Amino acid sequence: MENSQKPEEILLDINNLTFSFHTYGGVVKAVRGVSFQVKKGEIVGIVGESGCGKSVTAQCILKLNPEPPGFFEDGSIRYKGEEIVTKSDREMRKIRGMEIGFIFQDPMTSLNPTMRVGKQIEEVFVGRPEVSKAEAKRRAIEMLKLVGISDAERRYSQYPHELSGGMKQRVMIARALVGKPGIIIADEPTTSLDVTIEAQILDLLKQLQKELGTSIIFITHDLGVIAKLCDRVLVMYGGKVMERGSVRDIFYRTGHPYTHGLMHSVPRLDISKDTELEPIEGTPPDLFAPPAGCPFAARCEYAMKVCYEAQPPEFPLEEGHASACWLKHPDAPPVEWADGGKGGEA
Amino acid sequence: MGKYILKRVAVSVLTLFVLITVVFALVRLMPGDPFSGEKMTPEIRANLEAYYGLDKPLLEQYITYVKNLLRGDFGYSMKYLNRTVNDIIASSFPYSIDLGMRALALSISMGLVFGILSARYRGKKLDFICIVIAILGTSIPDFIMGALLQYFFGIQWGLFPVAQYQGIQYTILPSIALGFYTLAMVSRLMRASMLEVVTQDYIKTAKSDGISNVRIVWKHQIRNAIMPVVTVLGPVVATTLTGTFVIESIFAIPGMGKFYVESVQKLDYSLVLGMTVFYGGFLILANLIVDILYGVIDPRIRLAGK
Repeated sequence: MENSQKPEEILLDINNLTFSFHTYGGVVKAVRGVSFQVKKGEIVGIVGESGCGKSVTAQCILKLNPEPPGFFEDGSIRYKGEEIVTKSDREMRKIRGMEIGFIFQDPMTSLNPTMRVGKQIEEVFVGRPEVSKAEAKRRAIEMLKLVGISDAERRYSQYPHELSGGMKQRVMIARALVGKPGIIIADEPTTSLDVTIEAQILDLLKQLQKELGTSIIFITHDLGVIAKLCDRVLVMYGGKVMERGSVRDIFYRTGHPYTHGLMHSVPRLDISKDTELEPIEGTPPDLFAPPAGCPFAARCEYAMKVCYEAQPPEFPLEEGHASACWLKHPDAPPVEWADGGKGGEA
Repeated sequence: MGKYILKRVAVSVLTLFVLITVVFALVRLMPGDPFSGEKMTPEIRANLEAYYGLDKPLLEQYITYVKNLLRGDFGYSMKYLNRTVNDIIASSFPYSIDLGMRALALSISMGLVFGILSARYRGKKLDFICIVIAILGTSIPDFIMGALLQYFFGIQWGLFPVAQYQGIQYTILPSIALGFYTLAMVSRLMRASMLEVVTQDYIKTAKSDGISNVRIVWKHQIRNAIMPVVTVLGPVVATTLTGTFVIESIFAIPGMGKFYVESVQKLDYSLVLGMTVFYGGFLILANLIVDILYGVIDPRIRLAGK
């Protein structure tokens, strides 16, 4: 959908990515034909509920999903034009940390408890002869300062249990950034933090992104975070992309019943407190046997016959905005979202 | 860290003092005395009791004993004529400690290696072999193990000497017999611990940093997985060193075991007391070292000890 962009600006190009896991119960199709691009310096959000395939998609980019049982069924991931899917573990090590950094969800368990935090940041440079030990240490301390940790020299030689949760996540960010990667993948980095710390971490990420020009792929289930941080958004469901577009497109020109449902199941300050939240009825699809049609059809109040029979292609709505919903087919009947007129106001 | 060590040392000294007091009282509570026998006359008994100071009030004896202990003097044996307890310990302990240390070194190092390999190759042949060894080790008692080793390696195949303790080739069979149980336990513990660590988030973090697999195993997995093994080292040292008594008698090794058993049977007060205090002190020291080691490996313990 982003054909208007010049090709050299595209850092990451994912095309028809399909990733599955062998399990005792059969093959789970976790990611089913996801395509998107990340341009230099932009923040792409991926939003969806638990089990929609967003984390698996993110980990595919660095090949962090265990293989086996996981395996690439189809598709390609190109970073700066280089194919990642076919790379060996040894080749991937050059990309991990140095080209693409990864921030995990839970800072409490994502740091090694028996290693000083400074050493853990420096580890990115181990086995890379171009960076000397002294240089690695200098950059680690510089990075600790950059992520807003005061007294960085002292913190450098402390252990994770001596830091607070927010500080640990700052260390994780420093760790992801120290190799000066082109892209950072942040997999729900604020989910396990309390809201005040969450706001600080989000501000930090946005500020660092501006200073360093790094692209960020931000994975979350929180639409509020998406609105605050991202340039573009992918809404995922059942291993597929339901809707994509700019933050404005997604929030004000919602083009998919699932996105609509997501937004109306979140409490808001600007609606009367007597208004009940509208949960999305039903449960996510069984990825052992994904439905033939749209994965959301069974829970969708607008579902038509075709929705159960054929998977909808992505219908372009505006520039850079597309929705995989049969309602957007030119022959489909026009639909007004049943939301009491609250669908798209500012 | 200094404060942590100081605290552990203080606790150890206190433990040793309690041990001395309790054992002193318990030995005297046992029925009978060292001098009972068919030819014993009241005069000789009185002479002996006066010689060993047993005619004095118990409290005075205790104070004298502790005073002598502080000077490193365990007193005279009441059964071995003209031999001090220090002398008996000095002649027999080197054998026991040599055997014990060999067994510990063998079992801990091999146990760790087996555990790590077993976890790395989970479900493969190597894992299966390690599991079989671990099961055999935990289920065969050391005296049977000793006899089996003597029979096959000593008598049938003639690879090693069957008994006694006169050179490096003599030490191998008793070390294996003594260390086999510990080896099995350490390897099972390490395997379980490694498998748990592999699933930890920080391993994935390390992977996402582009760190090599070898370094992840060494720096991230083993260091964290070894914690539970270190915790059991204290008791392991205790079981191994007390296990030497049995192994020593099977392999005819002139260690402390023989003296210890005899001293209890014959109510040799000073020898029982001396050996127990010596052994106890040794085990307390082993535990102290393990405690300090624990603090070195896991920084979180150091903090708790402040």
